[in-house]
Amino acid sequence: MSDAPLALSASEPLSGPRGSWLAKFFIKIDWLAWAVPAGLLIAWQIASSFGLIPSTVLPSPADVALAGWKLAASGDLFINIGVSTLRALAGLAVGGGIGFVFGFANGLSKLSERLTDTTFQMLRNIPHLALIPLVILWFGIEEEAKLFLVALGVFFPIYLNTLHGIRNVDPQLVEMGRSYGLSSFALLRRVILPGALPSILVGLRFGLGVMWLTLIVAETIAAQSGIGYMAMQAREFMQVDVVVFSVLIYAALGKLADSTARLLEKLCLKWHPAFQDLMG
Amino acid sequence: MSHMREASARQRPDFDGLFREPSIVTGVDLSIKGLGKAFGAKQILRGLDLFVPAGQFVAVVGRSGCGKSTLLRLVAGLDKPSGGTIRFGGEEASVKGNTPVRVMFQEPRLLPWARLLANVEIGLGMRKNAMANNEAALEALRAVGLGDRAQEWPSPLSGGQKQRVALARALVSKPRLLAFDEPLGALDALTRIEMQSLLERVWQRDKFTALLVTHDVAEALTLADRVIMIEDGKITFDINVDLPRPRHRGSVDLALLEERILSLLLRKDADQPEYEI
Repeated sequence: MSDAPLALSASEPLSGPRGSWLAKFFIKIDWLAWAVPAGLLIAWQIASSFGLIPSTVLPSPADVALAGWKLAASGDLFINIGVSTLRALAGLAVGGGIGFVFGFANGLSKLSERLTDTTFQMLRNIPHLALIPLVILWFGIEEEAKLFLVALGVFFPIYLNTLHGIRNVDPQLVEMGRSYGLSSFALLRRVILPGALPSILVGLRFGLGVMWLTLIVAETIAAQSGIGYMAMQAREFMQVDVVVFSVLIYAALGKLADSTARLLEKLCLKWHPAFQDLMG
Repeated sequence: MSHMREASARQRPDFDGLFREPSIVTGVDLSIKGLGKAFGAKQILRGLDLFVPAGQFVAVVGRSGCGKSTLLRLVAGLDKPSGGTIRFGGEEASVKGNTPVRVMFQEPRLLPWARLLANVEIGLGMRKNAMANNEAALEALRAVGLGDRAQEWPSPLSGGQKQRVALARALVSKPRLLAFDEPLGALDALTRIEMQSLLERVWQRDKFTALLVTHDVAEALTLADRVIMIEDGKITFDINVDLPRPRHRGSVDLALLEERILSLLLRKDADQPEYEI
């Protein structure tokens, strides 16, 4: 088992151009990265099968898979994932959009920065999840509550990283652009925005993490649909397998979001020496 | 314009083949009167007068901190003068927009996220016609010998290659005055020599007015029609270099001139602390 990744990586150059698309895909998967989760899963199944872990504490992976299958078959699973994803993306769009706009404005304009930055820095130090009681009072458990919390959570990483990115654009390049007669808009589009992009994408990755975290907590406390709600409802009926399954969904969605951000980085930062060897 | 000049009667290397169409725009007169520049209490340039006729290649030498780079930045419109005027062909330097000046900086200043072709297109500034821009940029890249690498990123290029792309970017808009701020200062000795001859060929073909700021007297004498020296914010020495081109490094005339200018540069301040900028 343990020598499988080594054997695969060693055979890679040989099967390179002639291997089928599928073979290439499997070679591309980083087997070593998945060895630890797979090992844990097997250990967990074995421990459950031999009765080392009571099923009321932690059901076996097979039971969890079965619960997932049942949820999927009834359609509830997809409805809840859909609802949660929609909330997450809406919050990301609103919070990220506002953060991006203010980051940009404050990076370019001293006046704008003096006007708003201190306020943002104060707000940043409030843990946004601590606002849940207030948010419930304001919005009840309607969609606005989740949207507000996610947007607030996503705002700060994107704002800070956009601001930082704009600040760190090489002033020599900006001077060059000016002296070559670029209009303000062209300067923004061709020099400042691409220069700030690496930092903005780092902000996006942080933001995606905060997005899921906030949504799950908000859904667990105040929601009538979504994965967090699904888990809370299962708790009411002592369906530990469903609760565990929900947790695994979070892990999968979080990983998916992170991979998307990485893909975006690879696509947008092709020019960057740090990403060039990754492109192959 | 009245600055059209007949091609130089001197023998020129066969460089025209690199361009598809000859340039019709030629240099512009540069006249500077009473130019002053102060940073805070520190007066960098004081009452500097200079006239450069269209198409002349002028090199400015001087010790570090003498104000030669400041002069270039003022001519290029990167800084605003504290006093005096800068005129191009009789017109006052416009505050914004269509300046006839292009600058080649000491650093290549290429956009790392733009391919070479797009980097050169930056030189066309606000010009809109995408097709024509593409064509012109590719031609400029070919002229500096990088036409086949138009779609590459700048990061793997060597220092000399990057500076050639920067030259293409400066040339693509057919500038009437090209200002060089020690553009070869960071290159190794061999690349420098190659770049110097490339600059000379380009200038001989396009006949733009050239203003080269350098601390390398030999470089100034290899390239320039005229060498001026700035000390304490004023021109203290101004000489025409009347030697045939291409000039040969190590020729006696060149060596004698270099010796003379160097001795002038070193004459003062031997026991004074360095200037600060």
